[in-house]
Order: sequence, then C-alpha cells, then structure tokens
Amino acid sequence: MLLVLLLAPLLTGFVRKMKARLVRRQGASVFQPYRDLLRLLRKEVVLADNASWLFRVTPYVTFAAIWVAAALVPTFATGLLFNWTADLIAIVALLGSARFFLALAGMDVGTSFGGIGSSREVMIAALAEPAMLLFVFCIALVAGSTQLSTVANFMASSYVGLRVSLGMAMIALIMVALAENARIPVDNPATHLELTMVHEAMVLEYSGRHLAMIEFGVFLKLLLYISLIACVFLPWKIAVFGAGPLSYAIGAVAYLVKLAAAGFFLALFETATAKMRVFRVPQFLGAALMLGLLGTLLLFVSKSF
Amino acid sequence: MPAIVLQMLCVAGLLGSAVLAIVLSRSKIATPIIYSATLAASAIALIASIHWLLGDTANATDLTFPIGLPWLGAHFRLDALASFFLVVVNLGGATASLYGLGYGHHEEAPQRVLPFFPAFLAGMNLVVLADDAFSYLLCWEFMSLVSWALVMAHHREAGNAKAGYVYLVMASFGTLALLLAFGLLAGPAGDYGFAAIRTAQHTPYVATLVLILMLLGAGSKAGLVPLHVWLPLAHPAAPSHVSALMSGVMTKVAIYGFIRVVFDLLGQPLWPASVVVLILGGITAVMGILYAMMENDLKRLLAYSTIENVGVIFASLGLALAFQANGLKLLAALAFTAALFHVLNHSFFKSLLFFGAGAVLTATGERDMDKLGGLIHRMPFTSFAVLMGCVAISALPPFNGFVSEWLMFQAVLHSPELPQWALKVTVPAVGALLALAAALAAACFVKAYGVTFLGRPRGVAAETAEEVDRYSLSAMFVLAALCLLAGILPGLVIDALSPITLQILGGRMPIQINEPWLSIAPIAESRSSYNGLLVMVFITISASSAVVFIHRFASRALRRGPAWGCGFSDPTPAAQYSGGSFAQPIRRVFGTLVFHARDHVEMPTPGDIRPARLRIELHDLIWEGMYQPIAGAVGLSSAWLNRLQFLTIRRYLSLVFATLVALLLVLAIWS
Repeated sequence: MLLVLLLAPLLTGFVRKMKARLVRRQGASVFQPYRDLLRLLRKEVVLADNASWLFRVTPYVTFAAIWVAAALVPTFATGLLFNWTADLIAIVALLGSARFFLALAGMDVGTSFGGIGSSREVMIAALAEPAMLLFVFCIALVAGSTQLSTVANFMASSYVGLRVSLGMAMIALIMVALAENARIPVDNPATHLELTMVHEAMVLEYSGRHLAMIEFGVFLKLLLYISLIACVFLPWKIAVFGAGPLSYAIGAVAYLVKLAAAGFFLALFETATAKMRVFRVPQFLGAALMLGLLGTLLLFVSKSF
Repeated sequence: MPAIVLQMLCVAGLLGSAVLAIVLSRSKIATPIIYSATLAASAIALIASIHWLLGDTANATDLTFPIGLPWLGAHFRLDALASFFLVVVNLGGATASLYGLGYGHHEEAPQRVLPFFPAFLAGMNLVVLADDAFSYLLCWEFMSLVSWALVMAHHREAGNAKAGYVYLVMASFGTLALLLAFGLLAGPAGDYGFAAIRTAQHTPYVATLVLILMLLGAGSKAGLVPLHVWLPLAHPAAPSHVSALMSGVMTKVAIYGFIRVVFDLLGQPLWPASVVVLILGGITAVMGILYAMMENDLKRLLAYSTIENVGVIFASLGLALAFQANGLKLLAALAFTAALFHVLNHSFFKSLLFFGAGAVLTATGERDMDKLGGLIHRMPFTSFAVLMGCVAISALPPFNGFVSEWLMFQAVLHSPELPQWALKVTVPAVGALLALAAALAAACFVKAYGVTFLGRPRGVAAETAEEVDRYSLSAMFVLAALCLLAGILPGLVIDALSPITLQILGGRMPIQINEPWLSIAPIAESRSSYNGLLVMVFITISASSAVVFIHRFASRALRRGPAWGCGFSDPTPAAQYSGGSFAQPIRRVFGTLVFHARDHVEMPTPGDIRPARLRIELHDLIWEGMYQPIAGAVGLSSAWLNRLQFLTIRRYLSLVFATLVALLLVLAIWS
C-alpha cells in the first residue's frame, strides 16, 4: 500500500520529464510532483462561499477509494495479503465511486465550469466503464477468475500463448486507461483552457490540501492502470507468492522497468497525437467497447481464441 | 399459531384500518392513527416473515377459506418464496407508514389517501400469499384498483387524470394476460389450485404461450419496455410514500408473479424462453436509464430508474432460466440469488429515494430539478440520506447495489458453460448492456443529486426550504442503514435466500457465513470473492489516516471566498448547469439514436433584444410508434362503430337477422 503511494508521483514526474524531453525542453525534475504536493499541503484552502460538506469530504473519499483500488493491484508480486477482498470488478467499481464523488463535487459550487467538467466526465465514464468491464470479462473468461492475483499467476504461466481476444482486450484497456486518466487524446492534463478541459474543469474550485489529495489520487490512478496492464499483459518476472527474496527483488526491478517503459510510451504517444474534440471521444471509447465485446464474444464462442 | 395465520391477521388488521379510515375520514386524528396502525401491522408481519424465512422453511403452511369459487375455496400458502416477498412488501409498508406519519400531515385531502393506503398494503400481501389462480387474480386486481385510487388522489393536478387513465388501461390489459395465462395453466380440467397446476404436465406449446402471457401480464405491471408507458406517469402522480411503495414494492409483487408462474408452476423451463427474457431485460435496463437521464422531474426520473432496475432483475432471471434449462443448478441458484438480492436492494434504495423526493416536495413544493439546487445547505439530513441512496443505486461499493450487480456479473461469467449457441451470443451482449446500464445509472444519479441538492438555489422555494420532520427522516435513515448493512454483510443475505433457491430450483449457493472475514465467494474463492466489510474498513482507514496526517502535519488554514469565474463571475444561479445541460453530452451520444433528440438554438437577429433560446426536441419513439397508432386505431374503429347507434328499427332487425344467419352458417360449416 505504501509502495504505490511513494511511487505514484515519481511515475507522473517521469512521464512529464519524458514529454518535455521529446519536445526538446529541459523539463522539470522527475521529483517535481513531490514538491508540488508538499507545496499544496502547506497552502491554505480557499473555499468557495457556498461549498458544502460534500465538497470538503470528497478529496479524501476519492483519494481513499483510489488508494484502496491501487493497493489491490499486484505490482511486483502476486498473492497480496488481502487480495480476496475485492476482485477486478470491485476495483473498477471503486474507481467508479471515486469518480462519482468527484463529479458531485464539481456540481457543488454551482459554477458552469464544474458542471461542464462533471457532465463530460460522466459521459466519458458511461462509455469507459462498460468497456473496462468487458475487458474484465475477457480476462476472467481466459483465466477462469476475476481475482487479480489468480489472473496474474495464470498469465505468467505458460498456458496462455498468443490469443486474439487478449489482444483486443489489451487495446481496449489501453484506450480506457487513456480516457480514465484524462490523457491526450481524450483530455489534456496540462490544459486550463475553458472549453477543452474535462477533469481539470471539475476540480477547478479546489485548492491547497484538497487539491493535493485530488492530484495524488490522479497520480495513483495512472500508476494503477499501468500496474494493471503490466500484471495482466506483461507478467514477466512477477514474483509468485512465497518465492524467495531474490525472486522478489527481480520482480521489483522488472516492475520498475515496466513502469518506465510504459511511462515512456505514454509520453511518446501523447506527444505524437492531438487532442480530439469532446464529441469524438464517444467514437474512440465506442471502439474500445466494441473491441471488448468482440473479445468476450469470441471467448464465449470458443475458449481457444 | 401457524405463521400463515399471523400473516393473515396482519392483513386483516390492515383491512380493518382501511375501514377505520373511512369511518374517521375527515377527522384530524385519522392520519396518525391510520399510519400507526399500518406501521404496527407491517412491522409484525415483517418480523414474522423474517423469523419464518430464517427458521423452519421446509414446511410450508396452508390456509383455506370457504370463499371464492364454490368448488375451490380461497387458498393461501406461506412458503420460502412467498415469505421473502412478504419481507420486501412489509418492510416497504413499515417504512412508508413511518414516513407517512410525518408526510401525511402535508396531505391536502387525507380522506383520499388514508383508506386506500392500508388496503393497498393488504392487497400486496394477499397477492404474495395467494395459492390458487382465482384468489391470485382477485387480489391482483384489488391491488391494481386500490393503487389506481391512490394515483388519482391528487386528481386535479395537471396530467394526473391522464396518468390514471393510462394506468387503468394497462392494468386491465395486464390482468387479461394473466387471466389467459392461468386459464392455459389450469387446462380443460380447470383445477385452479396452484398445487394441482404444479403437478400437471404442460406441453411445450402451452408453456411458451404461458411465458409470453406472463411477460405481458407481470411485465406490464413491473414496467418491462415496451409495456412501461404507464409507470413513469402513474408512480410520480401518487403521494410520495405511495410512489415509494409502487416503485419499490408493487413492481416486486409483479416480479413475484413472474417467478411463481414461470419458475415454480411451469416446471422445467425451455432454454429459448430464457433468450427472450434476457434480451427484454437488457433492453429494458438500458432504455429505462436513458429515459431517466433525459428526465428533469425528480419523481419521474426515479420512476424511469425503476424500469432500469426491473430490467436488471429480469435479465438475471433470464440467466437463471437458461442455467436451469440446462440443469446447471448451482449457477442457476447464483443468478437467481442475484435477482432476489437485487429485488431486496431495489426496494431499499428506491423507497429511500422516493422518500427523499417527497421530502424535497414538502420542503419546496417543486419536483422540477431545474427549479431546485443547493438543498444540501438547507436540508442536511435529507441530503445525506439521499446521497447514500444515490451511491447505493449507482452500484458503487461498499453499498448493496454493487453486491447484486457483482453477483450478476459472476453469473454472466459462468455462462460459456451453456451449450446453446443462441445463448452464447446473447449472454455477453446482455452483459455489456447491463454494464452500460450500471455506468449510465451512476451518471444519472450524479445528475439527479447534483442538480437537486448541490450548487446554488435556482429559486425562492429552494432558497427557503426547511428540513423535514423526524418521522420522515427516521424512515429515510432506516433505509439508508439497511443499504449499507446489506452492502457490507452480503453473506448473511445470500444465506437467508438459500431456502428459496432450494425450493424453486433445487440447488443453492455455497454457505457464505463460514467464509473468512464475512466475505462472499459464489463458487470458489480462487474464482472470485468480494468483501464489502473490508472494503468499507479499508476506505475508512485510509481516508481517516489521510485526514489525520494532513491536519496534523500540513496546513489547516481555511478561507472562504467567492467562486472562481475566470474573471467574469456569473451572478445569477441560472448560469449553473441545469438538468438538461448536464444530460447534453449523453443526449448527443445516445439520444440521437434512441430519442431522435435534437437541440434547436433560436438566435435573435442582431438588434433584437429577445433572449436566445435553446429548445430540446425529444421523441418517445415507443409511445409514438406503438401506442399512438393503437390509440388511433381504437379511436377510428369506435368512431366507425358509433354509426351503429343511430339506426332505424328496421335496420337493427335486419342486422340481427343477418347475424343469426351468419352464425348458423358457421355452425353448419363447422360441424
């Protein structure tokens, strides 16, 4: 649980650094997100006049929900202590809870920015969540379980091989991950231009420690998705529960390498593509949904796809 | 005393209080007396049925009254399935009565509500207890008529008369379908007792026909698309605690009828039936929630969301039928448990949300969300309870809605074991529809809660709202607590449901109470497990540790200031996002196909001082494509037949003669 907490800002810092380097900027240090968080934590909170208790509670609730979800995804070893607490479907739903409260908080102050952010966010979520669930169906049908540790163990074993359905599921998951983490081409994490922002519009009224919690949640979510992709589709060297310390060490190093690679590709992708119009996003996510559905259908038809 | 006698005594108590309400009628004390009486009767019946469900469910008890058909009598029976639905009915009844103790004082014409409210409760109890077709239909019709009277309680308000009329037509249609279904079940011998029907052999032809008729009859009462049209009109028209009963409980009584006939009386199901139920359920779920998303009237939004939940329940009943038809008893029990769990959950949170809508209505006199807003400041307790309901209905952990959806998805994930190709293709598609419906439900309730309770007040009514009375609040908080409890201790509920799956399907889910830390594992822990309690504990611990850490080591300073408006602060609350604008992205994504939605912007010409207007054009394609042509055809044919009323006596006589000759000819050809 603490590992994800410590690593998450580093990953975001790394992605930002990579993006800067790709456009030939120097870029801030990879540790800048930690400094940002500390700075925000020290600042006072400026609360809008008619913000309610819900507005003040939401940062902590979303942070906690994302943190719990992130802690349930195996990073470098499978067989987490409480992995039976919640399976993949529950992890998806936990992220849904976080988003539900954040969207409500966007509506709370009663400005049009919050509303625009919330309404677009729920539109994106309404398509991304079923796509994500269909990815879960795909994986569960292949691995015979929705339990992430079992899935990771199965994927790391030699039974899997190359499958059409898994390929579709992976593309669907990556598309969903881009949308859920508010990355280009769905949303731009760096923009504050009124008409284009989605996530940032929702949290526009937040400041100080509340903003720090929300930012931290965003970092954690990125780490969660990359860990998820890594543990399901790239399970090489992931340590099996009860293996020796050497295997754990190898697993940890492999995990860091995977994170770095994923961060690099994310930065590359974001630099190379342009943001789409908001109403192109449903087509993008609809494609993810259809890929997930196609993968699931193939698996229903025959286990061997 | 046998359990059923106690139940019947409670029903008698309810009917008695209906009579008492007529006697007291216009007196001031009628409201507290009647609601206390119904509260007591429902609470006793509730405790008795829970006790019975948890205890000795192997021995069903019968009771026969020498009334009704002379050779049949009126049979009533308490078995596991009936006792579960009695729990749902009486829990709804008890909380609605508690709510009514406070809410009833605001009723302008209590004599229009008080006699029918206990009678409605009694009717629903009797439908669940009935054990022969005749008394079942009688009680069903009684329930429909009494609820119609409640829908018409505020008959002077615009639209309510139409709602009552549409409801009456659809209810008669549904009862007709049920009548035919029971007629087919009883066969030419005509033994209407459920025991006789259960043992009789039904040909596949009859079974299919009965299933279709049940889908029409029970489906129209439950709100299956496209038979749902009456529901969003009638449910909101009734007083709010009755709306809660109609949405949260009466739709469940319809589902009970479907389960009783299709699973219990028909015997071994055929798999093609399950495809129909699955598809109908999936479409109903998505359509219901899309309608809800487009709606700006709080109570109508809730009624549409009821349609969605009914769709979810029917989809998982369809799954149970598919498994049962293929002899997979464990999986059938899983899908069936998911359906029953969702029945229970929906009765919790839908009642809660309707109570919340009623509280808003009492406090502001408004149901239109676009005139509300900011109520979280004025009504803190109501808004807290409603928030719990919204989280629960959006299927978010650790609340109860998530558990039943989770069980349903687990059942979907086991369906590659089904051998039929049609099912292999249908089930994942329906699974995708259910996932879409769940995600849209979350969006819909962000809208409902965000526009109604958050933001700035959009009118004087919302600005001056007052918190509602304690009775209403306690009813809401009881239900909110139940939502949370069922979410964190789902194993107990699943175990309590196992006698029903044993009775109906002959299989059951593994015992859940022995799982470590009270988690649930439908088939095996390595396949899937979920622990609501630990999720709840983890979230609480991490949230509170974050709070403690930050408030201890970081800044605690806080300053209030005006909201950031990018340099141009919008002074009027009308500039906020409204219900219509919140739904706009989803309207553009789904609405163009489903509702032929269009936004029209009417821009004034330069120099004109008229404000620009945005008009949203929505078409209810089911109403326009199906009901309006039927209504038109009925109107045309009756106008045409109307001419027969104004004939001379000679023409009437020749008509009679012609008919006689025609009938005789038919008879001659026939034999």
